[in-house]
Amino acid sequence: MNKVMSNKWIIALYVLPALLLIAVLIFIPLILTGYYGLMDWNGIATMEFIGLENYINAIQDAKFWESALHSFLLALFSTLSLLVYLAISLILASKIKGSDLLRKIYLIPMLLSSVAIAQLWIKVFNPSNGMLNSILMALGVDNPPAWLAEPSIVLYAIFIPILWQYAGFYILIYYAALKNIPEPLVEAARIDGATPLQIAYKIKLPLIMSVFKVTIVLAIVGSLKYFDLIYVMTGGGPNGASEVMASYMYKLAFSSNEFGYGSAIGFLLLIITLIVTVIVRKATATKEEIQY
Amino acid sequence: MLKRKAFAGVFVIFLSVLVMVGCSSDEEANSSSGGDKTIEFMHLWPEGSSAQHNKIVSDIIKDFESEHDGVTIDLEVLSNEQYKDKLKVLSTSNELPDVGMTWAAGFLEPYVDGEMFTPLDDLLEGDLNDSFVSGTAEAYEIDGSTYGLPLELNIATVFYNKAIFDQYGLEAPATYEELQQVVKTLNENDVAPIALGNKDRWTGSLWYMYLADRIGGAEVLTNAINRSGSFEDPALVEAADKVQELVDMDSFVKGFNGLSDEEAKSMFMNEQAAMYLIATWDLPNYTTNEDVPQEFRDSVGYFPFPTVEGEGDMNSFVGGPGVGLFVAEDSEVKEEAKEFASFFVQEWGEKSVTEAGVIPATKVDAGSLDLPDMYVDVLDDLNEATNITLFADVQMSADVAQVHLDMIQSLFGTEISPEDFAKEHEEALSAE
Repeated sequence: MNKVMSNKWIIALYVLPALLLIAVLIFIPLILTGYYGLMDWNGIATMEFIGLENYINAIQDAKFWESALHSFLLALFSTLSLLVYLAISLILASKIKGSDLLRKIYLIPMLLSSVAIAQLWIKVFNPSNGMLNSILMALGVDNPPAWLAEPSIVLYAIFIPILWQYAGFYILIYYAALKNIPEPLVEAARIDGATPLQIAYKIKLPLIMSVFKVTIVLAIVGSLKYFDLIYVMTGGGPNGASEVMASYMYKLAFSSNEFGYGSAIGFLLLIITLIVTVIVRKATATKEEIQY
Repeated sequence: MLKRKAFAGVFVIFLSVLVMVGCSSDEEANSSSGGDKTIEFMHLWPEGSSAQHNKIVSDIIKDFESEHDGVTIDLEVLSNEQYKDKLKVLSTSNELPDVGMTWAAGFLEPYVDGEMFTPLDDLLEGDLNDSFVSGTAEAYEIDGSTYGLPLELNIATVFYNKAIFDQYGLEAPATYEELQQVVKTLNENDVAPIALGNKDRWTGSLWYMYLADRIGGAEVLTNAINRSGSFEDPALVEAADKVQELVDMDSFVKGFNGLSDEEAKSMFMNEQAAMYLIATWDLPNYTTNEDVPQEFRDSVGYFPFPTVEGEGDMNSFVGGPGVGLFVAEDSEVKEEAKEFASFFVQEWGEKSVTEAGVIPATKVDAGSLDLPDMYVDVLDDLNEATNITLFADVQMSADVAQVHLDMIQSLFGTEISPEDFAKEHEEALSAE
């Protein structure tokens, strides 16, 4: 085997199919998107080169920055919710009754497709027949809000199913990481008289810190390019109140027939996500990894 | 030994590549050689949501194939929004189906500019001469050539639940003031007056368009859009003001800006709301559709949009042709494709009336057919129509349409004043 692997040509040959696939499916479209961003193009007829005009317009586009703000809000909330998921996983990983069942229940939303989740929550949020408002009215709230129609509420209303949707995913990751902690370490701490809280805080958390950092990056990047539920539940409305960067891009490219401008926004979305990822990685980097 | 294994692995990869390449060239060879021809056809009536339409299309295809030896129709069905996206992506890569569906005016324009659709004037002068209701084929005309064969013709009317109206002693309103009175009475009795799904935005646009038509006449909105007039015309501002008046008196169901048209429709059909403004493509639900309870169908009536302050012509409608057929410019089987499109339109004209209960864009001989009463009434209204204003978002180019639709949502949400509403439109239109 070593003999094979020492032959550079063979290595290249093995890497080639995957490389080709990624190049064709990801890198080439990426470069093309940046290139289309330089064009005045409705997506159908011939395109016309206009230099950086689209990018300059995008940077001055108040609607784009509003949607960017919404994306960043989502990133903030997803990151904060990680703490909740972590707490839940800590509880699940300690030997409590029914933790196996609970873990599976938390995972169910992940098994549903985004569109199904969206349809489900559209029904929950329905202003007159929805579950949420029916409960509120039964509790004596006279005039419960129309969740998806009020510009000041709609964004936060959609955050709920988005966070719910990914809860299982992060809980699963944390749970696996926590289960990987060698039992003797926890045992030793317990013998030394550490309380469960101290064990969680001083032993378990530091040991899964590297996993936690990865999930922060995942949550932020995932939020910045988030699209599905928003597209299905409100289409970014009412009048842009729940628009995020990806849905704004889609709207421009496919509804407004501004393919060039939409591509420019898409490319900016990539750049913003890249910058944020680098910043987050830098901010969470530590010099030494804890070993056990 | 190991080297040989590696070589074998590589060999397998090459072999599979060869097989794949071989397969794809095989297919091409099949379609071009021999007498067989394949027409690719894409439509947007999936079986689930438009069962009757879907069945008629299948029947038409079957008839066409049996009449034309050696021609097969390769069918692809998508639902509305996916259809629009796919059409766009296909046109970018120059792979449009030979025959497909398109909308009129604003939607059509970029495709015609990009020379994607072929002119169908020869069909209109030949086989289909004089078979369309006037004004329908014209909506597909750009620079003197017609690029689409219209299939449907729709006008928007207010459908209402007669049972609810009777219960509170109400009459179908003929004026805006009467409409306000009806809304007031219904609200006092805790019945939601009007179902509106304004998440889709064009639904609210119907209300605005009608108010503009009644206040300012048939031409004012059209002129503002084609730039022979201004959107800051007092009538257009007043129409916006009237919309907010209706919103302020709780005329529309709660949370309408977050409801889709489907949700609004289901409220109307579950008798949770008394009125619903929609175009006549919905007629089957209130006449022939067996999935809807007979009792409900019997209780639905309709009235043309009321006049406002004594002004306005009730025979002026908002509506227009829905989808039409196009033939791709680059089609390899253009002659057959044109023949199919023409065949489709003719059969559709007969079958859509009797089997789907919708109004085709071709002329209907109502006398010889046994049709539901409401259908006949709508046909009569159509015959007496003095004007049909094409849906605003279809008239406008795509990016202005987006501004219009977003503004409609803001207007109904009372986030914007009628003056600013008009101003935003004017800016978007003059920036063209």
